[in-house]
Amino acid sequence: MNIEIVVAQVPGLQRPDLERWVANEWVKPDQHDGEYEFYDIDVARARLIRDLRDEMEVNEAALPVVLSLLDQLYDLRRRMHEISDAIDHTVPEEVRQKLAAHLAKRGG
Amino acid sequence: MDDPYKTLGVAKDASQADIRRAYRKLAKKHHPDLNPGNAKAEDIFKRVSAANELLSDAKTRGQFDRGEIDAAGHERAPEPDYRNHAEGDAGRRYSRAGAGGWSDEEFGDLFSSMFNGAGRAGPPRPTRGQDEHYALQTSFLDAVNGTTSRLTLPDGRTLDVKIPPGSADGQTLRLHDQGEPGQNGGPRGDALIEIHVAPHPFFTREGQDIRLELPVTLAEAVLGGPVEVPTPAGPVRMTIAPGSDSGTQFRLRGRGVPAHGGLTAGQLYAKLRVVIGPPDAALTDFLRAWKPEHPVSPRQAPSK
Repeated sequence: MNIEIVVAQVPGLQRPDLERWVANEWVKPDQHDGEYEFYDIDVARARLIRDLRDEMEVNEAALPVVLSLLDQLYDLRRRMHEISDAIDHTVPEEVRQKLAAHLAKRGG
Repeated sequence: MDDPYKTLGVAKDASQADIRRAYRKLAKKHHPDLNPGNAKAEDIFKRVSAANELLSDAKTRGQFDRGEIDAAGHERAPEPDYRNHAEGDAGRRYSRAGAGGWSDEEFGDLFSSMFNGAGRAGPPRPTRGQDEHYALQTSFLDAVNGTTSRLTLPDGRTLDVKIPPGSADGQTLRLHDQGEPGQNGGPRGDALIEIHVAPHPFFTREGQDIRLELPVTLAEAVLGGPVEVPTPAGPVRMTIAPGSDSGTQFRLRGRGVPAHGGLTAGQLYAKLRVVIGPPDAALTDFLRAWKPEHPVSPRQAPSK
């Protein structure tokens, strides 16, 4: 979807805000022939940045810090899911149960 | 639906600014995109933002206060769902770790931390071989005097184990670099050899001292004189005083365990045991005719 649609979908978001965020690489739409193409994740991210700024009082000076930490958090969670998926597909049931029991014991 | 005032933790007469402040405080804590995987935060945030939507607008707040609408059923803004995209494949777009996939390095780092160093990618590290444990049986005198004993290992190697003088039962000797081979050029482990000392027919050991029961004839006990006493270092001659009774103890200074490891040589304590020997007609006749000068009864308490 293009930038007009995104702005229309996210209340409280002004077009210059979104253009600045894209320029800062806080939001990374695809570009085709000078036109932005936003995907669902980009819209959700724009909404999150708006929430951070408007509802959680994270000003734009502090935003890169928050976004960097969030991106690292999601990297780790994605990797964790990948590992969990790999374990599901490669590890025998008996070992998986041992793993689960061990993790449960640690009170994780 | 909960009471929206309670959900936000504000009074019924709270100002719009109070409501906004309360909502912001809760949103910072419970925003679901900042708490991925936390269903409780998601649920709280849902209720908090619904309450905020109702109360932050003076018009709907007034309708609610007058009982014209209830807390449920008003229009909702779409819920934040960045977390659902970010955790999936689409999230790679914003990955800090680079474009995609697992690099060998990352994989190795992760697993080395998971498995505490084992299985780390990269060049193999030299590791020292394991220590090997062996037991070696030795005689009492070899342990006291020291010796060299040959030990054949399970892998066919032989070790000449030097048992130092004064070795005690249960003592462990460490032979450097005689254990299992190291890996990737690491040094061998050590061989640890526990000494087991067999008991001796007439010597017993107490630290540095050695005790011995010394059989003597009746004549030697009564008349005294030189006798030969076995010691760990070989027999020595000792003179028994005339009239030495069974149980009399003699000390041979320095004839116990030899000096070793900072300890001085111990003593040898020889305790006499009178042996009357096989029946002897002359002795029997003599004793029948013998009238002791000072008759004593050895089973009475000493009169001293």
